[in-house]
Amino acid sequence: MRLDPRITQSLMKTLLWSLTGFTLLVLIFIIVDISIKGLPQITPMFLFQDPQDMGRAGGIFSTIVATAYITLLAILLASPLGVGTAIYLTEYTREGLATRIIRFGAECLAGVPSIILGLFGFVLFVMKLKLGWSVLSGGLTLAIMVLPIIIRTSEEAIKAVPQEYRQVCYSLGMSQWQTITRIVLPSALPGITTGIMLSVGRSLGETAVLLFTAGAALRAPVSLFDSGRTMAVHFYILAREGLSMPNAYGTAAILMVSILLINLTAYTLMQRLMKRYS
Amino acid sequence: MSNPAKEDKAKARLGRAGVWGFWGILTLMLVAGGCQFGASDAHHSLVIAGSTSVQPFAEKLAEIFMHQHPKALINVQGGGSSAGIYAARQGAADLGASSRELVAAEKDLVEIPIAYDGIAVIVHPSNPITDLTLEQLRRVFQGRLQDWGALGLKPHPIHLITREEGSGTREAFEHLVMGQAEITPAALVQDSNGSVRELVAGDPYSLGYISVGLVDGRVKAVAIDGISPTPENIKNRTYELVRRFLLVSRTPPAGLGKAFVEFILSPQGQNILEAEGLVGMK
Amino acid sequence: MGQGKFIERVLFLLALSAISSLVLITVFIFMEGLPLILQTGLKDFILSSHWAPTKGHFGIAAMIVSSLLVTLGALVIGVPLGLACAIVLAEFSHERVKTILKPTLELLAGIPSVVYGFLGVIWLVPLIRNYLGGPGLSLLAASLILGIMILPTVISISIDALTAVPALYREGSIALGATQWQTVRRVVLPAASSGIITAIILGMGRAVGETMAVIMVAGNALQLPTSILDPVRTLTSNIALELGYASGRHREALFATGIVLFVIIMILNFSATVLTRRR
Repeated sequence: MRLDPRITQSLMKTLLWSLTGFTLLVLIFIIVDISIKGLPQITPMFLFQDPQDMGRAGGIFSTIVATAYITLLAILLASPLGVGTAIYLTEYTREGLATRIIRFGAECLAGVPSIILGLFGFVLFVMKLKLGWSVLSGGLTLAIMVLPIIIRTSEEAIKAVPQEYRQVCYSLGMSQWQTITRIVLPSALPGITTGIMLSVGRSLGETAVLLFTAGAALRAPVSLFDSGRTMAVHFYILAREGLSMPNAYGTAAILMVSILLINLTAYTLMQRLMKRYS
Repeated sequence: MSNPAKEDKAKARLGRAGVWGFWGILTLMLVAGGCQFGASDAHHSLVIAGSTSVQPFAEKLAEIFMHQHPKALINVQGGGSSAGIYAARQGAADLGASSRELVAAEKDLVEIPIAYDGIAVIVHPSNPITDLTLEQLRRVFQGRLQDWGALGLKPHPIHLITREEGSGTREAFEHLVMGQAEITPAALVQDSNGSVRELVAGDPYSLGYISVGLVDGRVKAVAIDGISPTPENIKNRTYELVRRFLLVSRTPPAGLGKAFVEFILSPQGQNILEAEGLVGMK
Repeated sequence: MGQGKFIERVLFLLALSAISSLVLITVFIFMEGLPLILQTGLKDFILSSHWAPTKGHFGIAAMIVSSLLVTLGALVIGVPLGLACAIVLAEFSHERVKTILKPTLELLAGIPSVVYGFLGVIWLVPLIRNYLGGPGLSLLAASLILGIMILPTVISISIDALTAVPALYREGSIALGATQWQTVRRVVLPAASSGIITAIILGMGRAVGETMAVIMVAGNALQLPTSILDPVRTLTSNIALELGYASGRHREALFATGIVLFVIIMILNFSATVLTRRR
């Protein structure tokens, strides 16, 4: 039996739209569930008090501090490497074996699962280099994790800067490096920032890497060699050990809201940049 | 009507403000971080790593100790007994925490017993069972007895929960209950006392084992061979599923480590542990 | 050496960071895990399913099978949903709807995996336990959660593939009297097929490599599953469950598990790269 193509068409459209609708519902469910149960927990006290009784009471201040240090360290380490790579790829070479290898490396690195990075960070930084479970070990491993994100977005941003900008600079007698630092990079800054924001978002949500490299000490770290428990790790422990559901939901809400805000800002920035130069 | 050129300009300004705002926040965090790192030299910190069974108690002790000694800084890590012992040997931790006895190759380390802990066999509070024999328990964990029906209850498969390989609690359980027999591969595996308790608290047909100190109202501990895991029975060893909690170190602890160990073994420290459900060393 | 040349050298060194990290990771994982595989024998390691590392048994067959089953399950859930979203967004919706829906769906990617695992435990596991039976922590629960987690990957890469198909193809097909759906099915999808396959492969990579969510909902039992309601342990959760506790040969065995996982992931990445390049 053959159906009229127009009937098939409307059947398929209904089916596809309902599947899309279902996906949206799942997303909305996740956001609403976490927000309803989590947002009411977020009070100034929750944000600015240290966890007490292993997280059953008190707030999450020390985990916010640990998250900030580890993320910051990862970004500080990864940004120069990532942006440098992007500049090299776009400004200094033609497509060839070298660029292919560099790009392939970045792509593969992006695909390495976080548990493998955790294993690597644990054996190299924590054990072999004797850095212990620390902000430093965690930051170094996270830097490797976000490096591909920064490379990819920076490369896109630098490529989007129109060629004429560079030609004008050369015609004014500027050197290649001057052109890059004075014209290309400032024009690409919003795009580079996008990549860094996405990296921050990715770092905030990461658990597997940090559990094995930064450890889970509840005290706020005061040196690079102290262990620190990030918000995501804290949430994992709270939820898994059933220590406190309200605190778990509160932590999840803070994590989710900040990541979504960061990603949304990054997304809009990127759209605007693409529009400007296209 | 809005002026598109003006709107674009405003948007661009907003975008620029966003970018610079973001960098501003990053710089601020950097400066704040630098200050705090710089100021931290005066502190001395003690790292304790190891058994997740000992961890909650060590955290509690550290919390109170640091409250009394504001200058002191104690970092308590999980990781597991073996990792803790390894970390103590490597110097990655000042003290390793273990919920199992040291094996022959580890005997060169200094061991400090800090408390006795019973292993409680737990079920959902709605489960009518109150007593198991050691033999029944072994057969259940071997996978030879798979249904609550065989224990005189309404027939339903037992949802068995065990700990992962390498866990001190599991090793103690295997040593005390299983003998040479292996735990069935069909058992669910969870990686901490807390997560076993969570599962049992949520599933009426489950059976698991955790540290007695962590049993709370949401789960029910059953008696083994008619003897309940009360502090009394653990202290006089009539309840048989008991192991020691140890701290280990490469050399006898000095300085802050010594002070903390002395605090744990002092009447005050031991009382804290007893209040948390463990049994003191005296 | 001129300044320009010097800067170029420095940048070249920076550019090597990604590839050298990858090499370092490979070297360290293999260095730690390979000795055990060689001692146990590759065949015994990946074909035996007796895992009792503290007693000297290192067989990860059940975990390899479970990882593959969980991934397959994730694809069964995630690919139809993801493709549907991609087709709707790329072909059947107005530009306005698209500019709102696309970033919204991409938000899914930002939600941390622990949150997925947590919601799985809170909502999904009790549902499965009460209505379908078993302990709830199961192959099914893991597949459902992973199926949702791979959606952003599948959707965004599929959309790129679909929008890359020239408008001319569609116009030609419509001009010949085909309906929009016939055009999508007979013209657009075949033209975008290599991109869609790349999307599926990368989704697979995401599913195979996911750890925290799986550890929370899969139950981690060592057996070979006989039904979708049985608890399973994947390669990733094996590592994360036991790494903290392992020492000596046990730890080597976990790195060896990591090698197997790493090889699977690299094969997937490599095929995705090759496919993309051919396009």
